[in-house]
Amino acid sequence: MTQTVAIPNKLATTMSGDREPRRKSRSSAAVIGDRKGIVWRSIIAIVVAIIMVFPLYWMVVVAFSPRGEAFEPTLRFWPSAWTTENFQRVFELYPVATWFGNSVVIGLFITFLTVVVNLLAGYAFARLRFRGRNVLFLLTLATMMIPVQAIMVAQFRLVSDLGIYGSYWGVILPGAAAAFGIFLARQFFIGIPDEIIEAAKIDGSGQIRIFLQVVLPLSKPLIAVLILLTLMGSWNDFAWPLIALNDNQLFTLPIGLLYLQNQTAPNYNATMALALISVLPMVVLFLSFQRYFVQGFARSGIR
Amino acid sequence: MTSLTARGRDSAPLSPRPRAARRASRLRESLIGWGFLAPNLTLMAIFLFLPILWALQLSFQDSRGFGSPEWVGLKNYAKLVGDPVFWQSFGNTIVFTILTVPITMVGGLCLAVLMNSVLPARGVFRTVIVLPMVISGVASGMIAGIIFYQSNGIINKVLSAVGLYPVAWQSDGLPALISVVIVAIWLRIGFNMIIYLAGLQGIEPQLYEAARIDGASRWQQLRSITVPLVGPSTFFLLIMNVIASFQVFDLIFVMTGGGPGNSTSVLVTYAYRNGFQIREQGYGAAIGIVILIITLLFTFVQWKTSRTRDQVG
Repeated sequence: MTQTVAIPNKLATTMSGDREPRRKSRSSAAVIGDRKGIVWRSIIAIVVAIIMVFPLYWMVVVAFSPRGEAFEPTLRFWPSAWTTENFQRVFELYPVATWFGNSVVIGLFITFLTVVVNLLAGYAFARLRFRGRNVLFLLTLATMMIPVQAIMVAQFRLVSDLGIYGSYWGVILPGAAAAFGIFLARQFFIGIPDEIIEAAKIDGSGQIRIFLQVVLPLSKPLIAVLILLTLMGSWNDFAWPLIALNDNQLFTLPIGLLYLQNQTAPNYNATMALALISVLPMVVLFLSFQRYFVQGFARSGIR
Repeated sequence: MTSLTARGRDSAPLSPRPRAARRASRLRESLIGWGFLAPNLTLMAIFLFLPILWALQLSFQDSRGFGSPEWVGLKNYAKLVGDPVFWQSFGNTIVFTILTVPITMVGGLCLAVLMNSVLPARGVFRTVIVLPMVISGVASGMIAGIIFYQSNGIINKVLSAVGLYPVAWQSDGLPALISVVIVAIWLRIGFNMIIYLAGLQGIEPQLYEAARIDGASRWQQLRSITVPLVGPSTFFLLIMNVIASFQVFDLIFVMTGGGPGNSTSVLVTYAYRNGFQIREQGYGAAIGIVILIITLLFTFVQWKTSRTRDQVG
């Protein structure tokens, strides 16, 4: 039943290691399978991996280096001495814990709201028949890609007029109007076999009950994907919080990062320390739930 | 499927239920449908459709922050046509798109082919390539700012060490743009790889075996089997990458701020600058409408062709 998200499952196994596809690769291994080929491919893969990891590695190095060392003329790839002074400094000078808390609170609210709204709408588009469904679906589809920059001036005024400018809600409510999850949800619900829902109907269950007691319990993988992607999106969001937040105490981590960079004498080591703090939760989530992330990326087209 | 059978049942002439009851049940179903959609519709109406209409209205007004706005008709759009910075931003957006999209896609395909082959520790390599996707644009931009730092940043130090000249990543327009392009590719290549991997796994291995028996080289196999058969993925990625490139904001905002001069200013950053820094909100809204129209065009193309992609999926 959980297999309804079709390709991504196949893809996910490949992503998480060599388990299932090995069989297939072995057969094409006959095509290429000479040892020399493997050596060359391994070398290329290692070079690519180094390039991909280097920026993150460098963030860690600068975050733990003595102040100013990164821009000294000597070329070094390793701190002369590992130090936590940058972290101490950044916590001393800025309300980092508050910013972190703001990111968590805003992220959780946006995620909760968005996932509930997306599940309901996705189910309606996939499984319910009603007048105007196709028109509404097209409208949702059309607006999915519109960037906030296209309407930010009007959105800013709207949020001001609603009296939620400079508050959590000013970030949360527009953030929850995102539609990409609706498509993921719709695709998933279309994949649920008709017989299951028909059986519940024959048992006399109404649509709401079917949704809550039959469909939702089958949708755990979908819900996991939606939660992770939405949380990541709001955690990393920049443009809208930049416009909607004016109070230092309400900043999320990305806005806090910008605040550090805009200081008159920016301390790059401290900036990297904060960057590391802001990036770490998503890296941990990604490494723990890689399968779901990859499914979501592959299915929704959202990065 | 469902809608077909359902319609068949509804139109059956021998339906035992009286017409009124049937209409009532259909109305009930419609109500439930709208009920499920209500939260989504409410949010979208207030925070999406309303701002779109409002932006349209603002784009016909002259409103510089305070004071009552003045209706100026098409003046903002006329200004846009004659504004060299707007055209420069437009041009930069296109150059940025032309530089990022092909490299990301070709790179993504190559990595997918590599990662689909026999390779030790394949899972680890894949994880590493996808990892930048979860790093925020702001953090990426700041890390890149340090790596590309002009005076004694790591890249320039390495260039000097191997006997090359350091590059003016911040004070020269083209290198500044290229530094943003490189970071954008770093962020996005994993996504391209994922989509291509899904495409590759739909190709029958027998095809390659047959080609090998016919004596096709690996390059010939890539050209005549792999590339044509991942065509739908390619098209999907083309649209998604173009949209993403057209909307690049965080990286430019953090890395260059549109500078030096306006040499890395793009449409979205220029709209922001007018709306929130110069505070010519009517003009900023007009640029926003241009972005909106371009986005809708690409979305339309994507939608028209999404069927082919679904077949691949």
